[in-house]
Amino acid sequence: MKEKLQKIAAEAVNLLSSSQDLEEIEKIRVRFLGRKGELTQVLRGMGALDEKDRPRIGQLANEIRARIEEELTGRTALVKEKTIRSRLLEEALDISLPGTAPAHGRIHPITRVRRQMEDIFLGLGFEIAEGPEIELDYYNFEALNFPKDHPARDMQDTFFIGEEFLLRTHTSPVQVRTMERTAPALPVKIISPGKVYRRDDDATHSPMFQQVEGLLIDTRITFGDLKGILDLFVKEMFGTATLTRFRASFFPFTEPSAEVDISCVMCGGCGCRVCSQTGWLEILGCGSVHPRVLEMSGYNPEEVTGFAFGMGVERVAMLKYGIDDIRLFYDNDLRFLNQF
Amino acid sequence: MRVSLNWLKDFVDITLSPLELAEKLTLAGLAVEGIESPGEDITKVVTGQILKIERHPNADRLLICEISFGENVPLKIVTGAPNVQEGQIVPVALEGAALAGGLVIKRAKLRGVESRGMLCSGQELGLNAKSLPPEQAHGVMILPADTPPGLDIKPLLGLDDTILELELTPNRGDCLSMLGAAREVAAILKLPLKYIPPEVEESLPPCADRVKVDIEEPQLCRRYVARLMTGVKVGPSPLWMQKRLRAVGVRPISNVVDVTNYVMMEFGQPLHVFDYDTLLEGRIVVRRAAEKEILVSLDGVNRELTPDMLIIADAKNPVAIAGVMGGLETEVTDRTANVLLESAYFNPASIRRTSKMLGLRSDASQRFEGGIDLAGCRRSADRAVQLLQQISGVQVLEGAVDNYPSPAEPKMICLRPERTNFLLGTEITGEEIADILTRLQFDVKDSGSELIVGVPSWRGDVSMETDLIEEAARLHGYNQIPGTLPNARTTLGKRTPNQLFRENVKDILASCGLNEAITYSFFSPETADFYRLPPENALRRTVNMQNPLSEEQSVMRTWITPGLVEALKRNYNRQIRSGAVFELGSVFVPASRLPEEKTMLAAAAMGESAGGWNRKVMPLDYYFLKGVLETLFQQVGLTGFFFEAEYSNPSFHPGRTAKVFAGEQELGVLGELHPEVLERLDLPIRVVAFELDLDRVAKLSAAVRKYQPLPRFPSMERDIAVLAPRDVPAESIREAIGRSGGHTLTSVSLFDVYEGGQIQAGYRSLAFSLKFQADDRTLTDEEVAKCMDSVSAELDRKYGARLRTE
Ligand SMILES: [Zn+2]
Repeated sequence: MKEKLQKIAAEAVNLLSSSQDLEEIEKIRVRFLGRKGELTQVLRGMGALDEKDRPRIGQLANEIRARIEEELTGRTALVKEKTIRSRLLEEALDISLPGTAPAHGRIHPITRVRRQMEDIFLGLGFEIAEGPEIELDYYNFEALNFPKDHPARDMQDTFFIGEEFLLRTHTSPVQVRTMERTAPALPVKIISPGKVYRRDDDATHSPMFQQVEGLLIDTRITFGDLKGILDLFVKEMFGTATLTRFRASFFPFTEPSAEVDISCVMCGGCGCRVCSQTGWLEILGCGSVHPRVLEMSGYNPEEVTGFAFGMGVERVAMLKYGIDDIRLFYDNDLRFLNQF
Repeated sequence: MRVSLNWLKDFVDITLSPLELAEKLTLAGLAVEGIESPGEDITKVVTGQILKIERHPNADRLLICEISFGENVPLKIVTGAPNVQEGQIVPVALEGAALAGGLVIKRAKLRGVESRGMLCSGQELGLNAKSLPPEQAHGVMILPADTPPGLDIKPLLGLDDTILELELTPNRGDCLSMLGAAREVAAILKLPLKYIPPEVEESLPPCADRVKVDIEEPQLCRRYVARLMTGVKVGPSPLWMQKRLRAVGVRPISNVVDVTNYVMMEFGQPLHVFDYDTLLEGRIVVRRAAEKEILVSLDGVNRELTPDMLIIADAKNPVAIAGVMGGLETEVTDRTANVLLESAYFNPASIRRTSKMLGLRSDASQRFEGGIDLAGCRRSADRAVQLLQQISGVQVLEGAVDNYPSPAEPKMICLRPERTNFLLGTEITGEEIADILTRLQFDVKDSGSELIVGVPSWRGDVSMETDLIEEAARLHGYNQIPGTLPNARTTLGKRTPNQLFRENVKDILASCGLNEAITYSFFSPETADFYRLPPENALRRTVNMQNPLSEEQSVMRTWITPGLVEALKRNYNRQIRSGAVFELGSVFVPASRLPEEKTMLAAAAMGESAGGWNRKVMPLDYYFLKGVLETLFQQVGLTGFFFEAEYSNPSFHPGRTAKVFAGEQELGVLGELHPEVLERLDLPIRVVAFELDLDRVAKLSAAVRKYQPLPRFPSMERDIAVLAPRDVPAESIREAIGRSGGHTLTSVSLFDVYEGGQIQAGYRSLAFSLKFQADDRTLTDEEVAKCMDSVSAELDRKYGARLRTE
């Protein structure tokens, strides 16, 4: 009996140590420890033993069961670990293969830059105003203090639509329309982004381009405020190290008028090809709203003041992205659009 | 405008470097766009006299000139220039000389003859060919005969000068002269302006005895000064005058013409000269042209005049178009003995209209347009007479005929220093403001709280207080004004719902794989033909430009698709044969008043999506764009949309096109372009497109969304394959299933379409997945089976369609 038990133990341990998978281990468990298993059979045969041998053999059988169970547990854990390890090995990917890119289109660089400009001014409490692209001479010129037959009109070469209308040359007509609508309420605090048109076509001029203009009218707006707001804008748009420089200029609808230069974004102001060695880049035009414009739009220039500014979105985008030909924006070459 | 620094120094003692001066002018509003020093590179070029010319023994085209430099020994120099003659004074580059562009002259043998230098052309000395007489443009420069030999050429030709290129704003016509620029420079640099009024020696009886000036249009000609000179000898002007004219970009022609140009450049007053003896009765009449009146202008062209044009006439005939161009008949020539000089003020707007109408823009018309100094007419006439007297010894009749019907009163403006500071956000004192204005030659009187300011006659741009405030700010320095943030009401900066909607639509389309494009708002009138639009088609009704850049860009677009297709075509021709683009923008529809501008959303696609090693390519076809639209509508919350077959859109493929609806409203079109359109466009690939009225889409889209409770009981799915005639639209079958499946049928989705193989001809198999679900219980198989039976019965009844069992 004792030998039989020890043989069972030896065989079970032996079988387990060479077992390779969980299924095999289970078979071994059933074979030795199952209800009809070998060890069970032996224990059932205990009745035939001597009374005095029973406790000893019983104890031995229990020890052997415990031993087999221990081996079973140990082997199960080992095999499990081996299985998972080999599965992980088998499943290894070539992680260098390209990923599956979801189809995703791009937003046009002009839209991107326009949104960025809008967001800066939205943050400062400006609203976005819009107006028609085909305008009356009155809104595009006359209400902005461009008299008929005045050389100032040469500043903006205009596309005419029949006798009466024209393609707006700037988004300033939106300012006039907004003032007319709002007057005499205050404040007027808008930006007017949109397409504008001038009869020009070369590497730096496109017959259609986009502008963002701004207008702030209230009871105590100064030229200094214009400087402060634009300096804030420029730093937000081009980086906090960017400097601004205000030059006297002329626009019929503002006075005093200024052109604003920023320190060259390419060379930081040391002078390079982009800034024609001056260290400065012209970026926008601005000024205090001309009293005549206020008056024509329904405000009393003795009581309210304001400022206006305007800039080309393309110009800003060209500087931001290092683009040297404005026509690329409207050519829509997919290799160009895919870069943004 | 070109400004000669040397000439400027006649009026202001400038010690700053050109670069520093340019910076100061630029900041004060006179933008310097360029600085030129034409003679910078030039050294060792002197005047020499040609003593003798011999033929070169070994070369037909070469000449050997013996050149004298005064005291030194003459040198032999070989030249190829055809225009040399003995006795001429010419510029000579000596051995070791450097010319414009860095060319260095060495002793050289030319075909065996030693040459000790080089005779120079104007271009070799850095002069612009246009500023040289035509006969000298390609040969050696010939200097006036009285030029002494042996002089350094640089001061003689103005090669020691620096030119500032000013880009003036249209309000500063007063700066279109050396004196005008000098006034600004003096004011900016706080230096005195040196100015000596011209003096004329008058030796003959009064001018008024022989000249009569009538102004019939005092609105258009506010002043006309005439002076008369006799004993004119037309010839070249002296070198000093030529060099200054050249420096400012004017070609010297003859002493009389040069003097008029010189005074125009110096004082800004355009002048005109007439041969007095050709003027009938010695009379000048300033009037409007009569209908159909003809003038042969200086350039020999017969010009038909209109009553819109102001002209100068003699007792009978037109002799000049006022301020724009003179007449050939009365031109000053070699035979002219008596010269009548005109110095007048013409109405800027009138000159502008006339010169535009005739296409004649000149230095003179530009100055009249900017408004010249009314008070300066007489002074400029005197200056011209003085110069002519100096250089050609004319005799001058006493006085001038100065017809000035209503002399201008000086403008007086009140300026409040307090208001100035309020507007600028500064604390500039009244004294500083007064000082700035005084430097700019305003006449300033302090009356306590205000300044009473008299405006100089040449400052036509200054007429109100703000103009003075700008002057104060400009010279105080914009960069001295502190930047502040507005002390204003707090406002909410936000986009309107419509603005948000449009930007959102762009982002959705980009997320669907389309690139945003922006195309021009105008296209060719031929577009309508390319797109097979019949004559009555609404898209043919265009808003047209009067002065387009080209015919191809002459009408405003009525739809966006053609521009997008054009963009795809450009890409296709650059070997980019797949792509999908969209654009959101305005189209223009003629209306009774301003054209109507509608916001449209269009897309176009060709080719296929990018494939990959683990992914099949997907055609960018009708179904692609349809999927994009479905996604868009879902994302913006537009419900109840459907697609209806469209057979009659002339631009689209009749079997591959749909009208897009939402409820009753037609939103637009989706389809493949008609093969004939593609052929006309010369585009050998299928292109699909859609174009929607975005304002309508926006209106129908739900701004507010509502939560639907999630199902609490499990769903049951059943797949069925429906065998149906091929011409039954899948959507009809889907709808029939939906209608007949009972209220527990919550979704029907098509997942396969199959034809051919074992399917009988004319039929196809459509596989749908049906989902049943109740919100109050778990459905039983029996319940679902019942629903499936009624679906089957309905399909059979309606379409003769049978269920295929797997
Ligand atoms: Zn730079």
